[in-house]
Amino acid sequence: MDYVIEMLGIRKEFNGFVANDDITLQLAKGEIHALLGENGAGKSTLMNVLFGLYQPEAGRIRVNGQDVQITDPNKANNLGIGMVHQHFMLVDTFTVTENIVLGNEPKKFGTVNMKEAEQKVRELSGQYGLSVDPTAKIADISVGMQQRVEILKTLYRGAEILIFDEPTAVLTPQEIKELIQIMRALIKEGKSIILITHKLKEIMEVCDRVTVIRKGKGIGTVDVSNTNPNHLASLMVGRDVTFTTEKADATPAHNVLEVRDLSVNDSRGVQAVRHLNLDVRAGEIVGICGVDGNGQTELIEAITGLRKTSGGSISLNGKDITGLKPRKVTEAGVAHIPQDRHKHGLVLDYPIGTNIVLQTYYQKPFSKAGIMNYKEVYKKASTLIKEFDVRTPSETTLARALSGGNQQKAIIGREVDRNPDLLIAAQPTRGLDVGAIEFIHRRLIEQRDSGKAVLLLSFELDEIINVSDRIAVIYEGNIVAVVDPKTTTEQELGLLMAGSKKGADEHV
Amino acid sequence: MFKNWTVLAVPVISVLLGLLAGALIMLVSGNNPTAGYMALWNGAFGDSFYTGETLRQMTPYVFAGLAVAFAFRTGLFNIGVEGQLLVGWLASVWVGLAFELPKIIHLPLAILAGAAAGAAWGFIPGFLKARLRVHEVIVTIMMNYTALHITNHFIRDVISDGADATDPVRETASLQSAFLQSITDFSSLHNGIYLAVIAAIIMWFMLEKTTLGYELRAVGYNQHASEYAGMNVNRNIVLSMVISGAFAGIGGAMQGLGTFGNMFINSGFSGIGFDGIAVALLGGNTAIGVVLAALLFGALKVGSLNMPIESGVPNELVEIVIALIIFFVASSYMITWLLGRLKKKEAK
Ligand SMILES: Nc1ncnc2c1ncn2[C@@H]1O[C@H](COP(=O)(O)OP(=O)(O)OP(=O)(O)O)[C@@H](O)[C@H]1O
Ligand SMILES: [Mg+2]
Repeated sequence: MDYVIEMLGIRKEFNGFVANDDITLQLAKGEIHALLGENGAGKSTLMNVLFGLYQPEAGRIRVNGQDVQITDPNKANNLGIGMVHQHFMLVDTFTVTENIVLGNEPKKFGTVNMKEAEQKVRELSGQYGLSVDPTAKIADISVGMQQRVEILKTLYRGAEILIFDEPTAVLTPQEIKELIQIMRALIKEGKSIILITHKLKEIMEVCDRVTVIRKGKGIGTVDVSNTNPNHLASLMVGRDVTFTTEKADATPAHNVLEVRDLSVNDSRGVQAVRHLNLDVRAGEIVGICGVDGNGQTELIEAITGLRKTSGGSISLNGKDITGLKPRKVTEAGVAHIPQDRHKHGLVLDYPIGTNIVLQTYYQKPFSKAGIMNYKEVYKKASTLIKEFDVRTPSETTLARALSGGNQQKAIIGREVDRNPDLLIAAQPTRGLDVGAIEFIHRRLIEQRDSGKAVLLLSFELDEIINVSDRIAVIYEGNIVAVVDPKTTTEQELGLLMAGSKKGADEHV
Repeated sequence: MFKNWTVLAVPVISVLLGLLAGALIMLVSGNNPTAGYMALWNGAFGDSFYTGETLRQMTPYVFAGLAVAFAFRTGLFNIGVEGQLLVGWLASVWVGLAFELPKIIHLPLAILAGAAAGAAWGFIPGFLKARLRVHEVIVTIMMNYTALHITNHFIRDVISDGADATDPVRETASLQSAFLQSITDFSSLHNGIYLAVIAAIIMWFMLEKTTLGYELRAVGYNQHASEYAGMNVNRNIVLSMVISGAFAGIGGAMQGLGTFGNMFINSGFSGIGFDGIAVALLGGNTAIGVVLAALLFGALKVGSLNMPIESGVPNELVEIVIALIIFFVASSYMITWLLGRLKKKEAK
């Protein structure tokens, strides 16, 4: 077989911690090659080595059969390697074209020739069916579009090999379908792709071969045609994984959360939540499902005190909490796993250990008379790190250095540990591996079984149907239907989410 | 381990590179670098008098550096240290003149007045940022000019009657120390040096050990996460500018109660506030780093005065060396990159 990329026996250490240990990955021309592994297995690290961001301690890299040293990302670009990172690297206030040409500007008499660049971007966009507007501002376009800009950036620099690091974690189901089309178009034009994803369904659908790594070690490469999701999951975790979560029927009690006639404006002042009513009872999980942008974010921000309400009321255990500051809401017994873990969930430049007390740092035993007791903080952290299987070299490692999935596990540990009456989980399993998802789902159900109320927001219909006891469909800022997950189907949910009233009446 | 090592390596290498470049400039301009640097050394530490002067010069640098570093660690750029220092200077001198009190009350009161004035000067940009999202850099720069002209007005028309300087502060508010003068051959070294060291310890303790420090640094790193966690972001912004301003204000008190013993009309900025930015940068925005960097700056400034006398090298050369050191620190990316390279070569 002709390999465009060969990574042979790669080893990468961080301060003595081995993130990649003798890993081999061979990418054939024109294939989509999946890289699969648990959170913290070392996938991003391996790709950063290939992209020249990290230097390996051992191993060889060959591009088109030639030994190469990839000392920095520019070198990688010159070798035709492009990377779409887990977290985008775009300048918000620049246009699409400006972002794409950044560092590679077409010059004309010493000035940047934007017209020419725009033309080229438009051509590339058409060629691969990306439908990106070259003149739009990054701040004004959706996350899915921003990702396409990242793809265009690599193509503009002449990439033949594209690395995608968890591209689908941030996308809605519709956007994922489109991305898959785009990847197929890329392959047709002779490109080769390495795809990191935790979604086995996606691997089965688009990939040709899979390389599995576990805890930094290469487990092997298999053909997708000879495997199935269960086999892949057990390869990567090292044990059998169940996909549907077993749970007893809910025994809901009194209302914990009561939202009445709630209205909330979004950041632009447009009404995003409109006269919404919602109850969550002790001992049940209510799943909110809807197309992104229908007011779910604003609803959660209003409940947690991060956003002002413009009408209606929110109460917790019969006590009015409308308009309370986030700290008061937290102290009233609400925990919140935020949708965006980097923006809200963590102080990335703090050690993971001190992030564990982000809401409780001022309470005993972590603080006494205004003085921090970091010994107690780290003691608590190391307990939670063990309990929630957060893979990190130590509790003093900066949160930034943890893999995305492990950051998420730390946040979940922190929130669940506060023993809240109401747990709000916004996309709690985004970017997690199948083993971790199973673990998180079990934790949510455990909370429910111990009599807590759980409000789950997710864009994954599987997750909503699997975990929830009741599903509330949100559309244009309103709950348009409440359905029973045991009797509903993805089709029905899809229709309701699109605003069709049909089918709703039977359930409400 | 490696990380801690680079933290130290960048400033040390920058200083060495700066000195090396200074030597080259001396060579090219027909001077003898060895003689030049010997003169610099002698002028800074050559005998007890010069050592005293160096420590005296270092004192306000420590405070200015701490003020910049404290703000920086909590996510703010305090370019207004110069102005906060001036108002602190004036307030301390005014209290030192206006009251008749026993020393044990008068001196602390005068220092606190300096702190309070600096804090008030820091409060304004902090408040404007918290309330109206006005960038603190713009406001603090403007407040520097306001401070310069207001203090000049007060000296000329309020405290004195058209004079260029105030009277010396009362003995009960003075930082001057007969003991320190006697062991340093009658240099102008005063008790402020102790306060500088104590202030550095306080800043370290406040940021690293207190609950407030945990909160302030969190807000500095990530406002969104801090808000999510229930911290009052706006209050913290104001508080951190106030504390930073207080450090600067005490730096001014050191000048008013110690070095000069009065305040005089300034035709332009003293420059100490701006040097504080460089001190904080060189010191990596840590308390211990600021103390060491302030010592270096003090030594360079005081030592340079001896260069033309002993070696014929113009003392402006030191300004060039300082500028180069700052340049190298600012391009620390280059130095860490070089170190990374070296380390890799070693590994092979
Ligand atoms: N810069 C760094 N310093 C120290 N440790 C690091 C650094 N980068 C990664 N690590 C560690 O290396 C391991 C592998 O991380 P990596 O990001 O490659 O995981 P991943 O497979 O991409 O996981 P995920 O699916 O969660 O994104 C993790 O345990 C992480 O904590
Ligand atoms: Mg990753």
